[in-house]
Amino acid sequence: MIRLTVNGIEHTAEPAGAESLLATLRDRLGLAGSKDACEQGECGSCSVIMDGELVCSCLVMAADADGSEITTVEGLAPAGELHPVQRALVEAHGVQCGYCTPGFAVAAAHLFEREPSPSADDIKEALSGNICRCTGYGAILRALTGLAGEEP
Amino acid sequence: MTTTPTAVPTTTAVAGGIGTSPLRPDGIPKVRGEFAFSGDLHEEGMLWGATVRSPHARARILSIDPAPALAIPGVHAVLTQDDVPGRKTCGQAVKDQPVLADGETRFWGEPVAVVAADDAETAARAAAAVAVRYEPLDALTDPGEAERQGSVFRTMHVVNGDPDRRGEVVVEGYYETGTIDQAMLGTEAGLAVPDGEGGVDLYVATQWIHEDHEQLYASLGVEPGAARIHLSGIGGAFGAREDLTLQIHLCMLALHTGRPVKMVLDRAESFAAHVHRHPSRMWYRHEADPDGTLVRVEAKLIFDGGAYQTTSHAVIANGAYFAMGPYHCESVDVVGIATRTNNPPNGAMRGFGAVQVCFAYEAQMDKLAAALGMDPIDLRLRNALDAGDRLPTTGQVIEGAFPVAEVIRSLAAMPLPDAGPGGDPRHLPGGAGLTTTAADIRRGVGFAVGFKNIAFAESFDDYAEARVTLTPDGLLVETAAAEVGQGMVTVLQQIARTATGIEQVEVAFVDTAAIGSAGSTSASRQTQMTGGAVLEAAEAVRDEALRRAGGGTLSGEGVLRDGVVVATLADVLAEGPITELVRFRHPPTTAPSETGQGDLHAGFSVAAHRAVVDVDPDLGLVRVVQVDTAQDVGKALHPAALVGQLEGGILQGVGMAVMEELRIDDGVVRNASFTDYLLPTILDAPDVEAVLIEEPDHWGPFGAKGVGEPPTISSTAAVVAAIRDATGRDLTRAPVRPEDVAGV
Repeated sequence: MIRLTVNGIEHTAEPAGAESLLATLRDRLGLAGSKDACEQGECGSCSVIMDGELVCSCLVMAADADGSEITTVEGLAPAGELHPVQRALVEAHGVQCGYCTPGFAVAAAHLFEREPSPSADDIKEALSGNICRCTGYGAILRALTGLAGEEP
Repeated sequence: MTTTPTAVPTTTAVAGGIGTSPLRPDGIPKVRGEFAFSGDLHEEGMLWGATVRSPHARARILSIDPAPALAIPGVHAVLTQDDVPGRKTCGQAVKDQPVLADGETRFWGEPVAVVAADDAETAARAAAAVAVRYEPLDALTDPGEAERQGSVFRTMHVVNGDPDRRGEVVVEGYYETGTIDQAMLGTEAGLAVPDGEGGVDLYVATQWIHEDHEQLYASLGVEPGAARIHLSGIGGAFGAREDLTLQIHLCMLALHTGRPVKMVLDRAESFAAHVHRHPSRMWYRHEADPDGTLVRVEAKLIFDGGAYQTTSHAVIANGAYFAMGPYHCESVDVVGIATRTNNPPNGAMRGFGAVQVCFAYEAQMDKLAAALGMDPIDLRLRNALDAGDRLPTTGQVIEGAFPVAEVIRSLAAMPLPDAGPGGDPRHLPGGAGLTTTAADIRRGVGFAVGFKNIAFAESFDDYAEARVTLTPDGLLVETAAAEVGQGMVTVLQQIARTATGIEQVEVAFVDTAAIGSAGSTSASRQTQMTGGAVLEAAEAVRDEALRRAGGGTLSGEGVLRDGVVVATLADVLAEGPITELVRFRHPPTTAPSETGQGDLHAGFSVAAHRAVVDVDPDLGLVRVVQVDTAQDVGKALHPAALVGQLEGGILQGVGMAVMEELRIDDGVVRNASFTDYLLPTILDAPDVEAVLIEEPDHWGPFGAKGVGEPPTISSTAAVVAAIRDATGRDLTRAPVRPEDVAGV
């Protein structure tokens, strides 16, 4: 049995064998916002923040996450509200099919927490582990450069 | 990204109407992770399915023993071909693909058996435990050999004009393109729920639920009404969801076990399960008069269809009809062949046969310009088709807008980016790894033009149904059309708003039992087709509401006269509901003659791309700096979503130009993962500037054209042309590999 604090709430779970943190979040804790698209840490759709670090939850064994604090896309903002990066993505039309969107939102939130005014190149580097097949990234970049340029 | 519309947008009286860019209604659920994709579905007591797939390109199945799988605790079913209750085969035009292998497997990854178990992990173990004995057979994997053997799905011979017409200036070329994957982020997934009465409800991500439905109930051997398909959230499509993958398998398992069954393919399986863009081999001969007038084009195209037909007949037809681009020519002779081999099946992907030939004919146009000593843009302008001209391949007179010359001129007039990558190593090919230096970089610029048809062709009865209902709160739009991410949901709201003056519009995606077909979300058709149906239905609802109120104008408040509400929507509805079902058809098309002649297409759209690349020619490194575009869009209904289509489609074209390819050896896919099948990241994405050419088309709402595919047609050709410009090499194959650039 492992203990996890996910979005501020303590959970216990019994992951089977080499089960990934992503599978535990989705299938045992009912948090389906983190997506599974490549199972190899290439696409970032499963991005979560674990003890302050951005990780691909498909590459973390659930057993290794025992005792950690996790923030998923569901926990970026209080219920009924949007994190600024979420609002920016929606308002700049950075969402199409939306499958990659939770991962982008988590990775972008992690970036803006460390660096409130990232340059376009900083944003690109920080999001280079997230694949989007719909948008060509233009609207995502416009959303986040716009946010970076806003007065705090 | 800026847009420079060439026409003034229509002003709308209602907020969120056409020509504006309202937020998409599913945006907030998606950004919160609350939007349910097909892989997120859950039902109490559900089982998980998994698939046994052939490891051979071709093999005889000697025996299938389910016993080792059934011996695993928690395994509930192992089903094979013998268990398919109805028609044993499926497919779109031709039902040639076994639902489960029929004694011989014909491609790597072909489904042989399916299992259901208590959880995903047990299902995967069960699938691995099913004991299948194969006798590997010789696989036919070379398309040229397939052609020699007559192993073909369709042969096209498009002939027009005087076959003896010859030009003084002649260029020939041979071109190839690789197998490309749609790589939509959401893999194939679904949930089948038995109804307890012999029927089943399937929740699945697909591009056309009514087409799936016809194949599904036939193979299940049930009445049409006993199998119902509901659209679930779709994580991208790009053609990959046009053919059935797990639909019948899920329903077989659910009906067999009496339990809900869910299946989610992993990425490696997804590469095996869906069709890909056809790899192509293309020979061309262009002849021109010395003044640059194109007088004859001959081409021979071989697109490999793989093991089963899927849409190969239509893809090779597009290749042949659009084989010479949007240009005049007196004399044309095109042979197009879709071969049948033991490679994985190829079918629909964004651009649908127009992409491969554009890569070849635009390389030929550059080569011809060089041979003529002409500027390549002048050569294209000299030969550009226009509305009212005849397509040199099919002989069809082009109706509606077809502003080829304006697209070319508008793009050529756009400013080029600054020369050189500057001092930041992150802007060099190879990026921050410092593999090269600015002094080693050569810049190249390439230009390409492409076109294709919109909607289904060749006499297909292509229609879309939509229902619009007035409610006390606004409008309800019901459709079975697939929202795959492109933003149709928003565009349908906008059309209904502008048609009625009512801002509050809800779009409901309903199942196969609730409404007729909307047709496929493909061929760039839904904005015009389902959009056309919604416009007609909304106008009829508006007219009936105004008739009941004795005239005036409609708004969300009700019917107004002189700015005063004279009847609320509830008042108008007091004498009964107002609902209108419309089945919308585009102008009819004809079947092709023996020589490919006829009015085969409902309409066309043209786009051009100009790519700027930085190349290290010694190391073979390429960075695509900028891809600008001009596109014929008819009318920009939602400018921001339209730009999203242009940017997304361009990046798929960039991927095909420089990195994406499914590597297949003797029929076996060697790179079925996102680690090995390279996809463009945000660091690979070029800057994009766009000009939208707004000339209204002859059908469809407000003159709008479908915009999804043109961004992917000529962007690949433009990027490779730019690499040719930078390196001086021929580069006749896409994707361009580092060794091609470096010449090793």
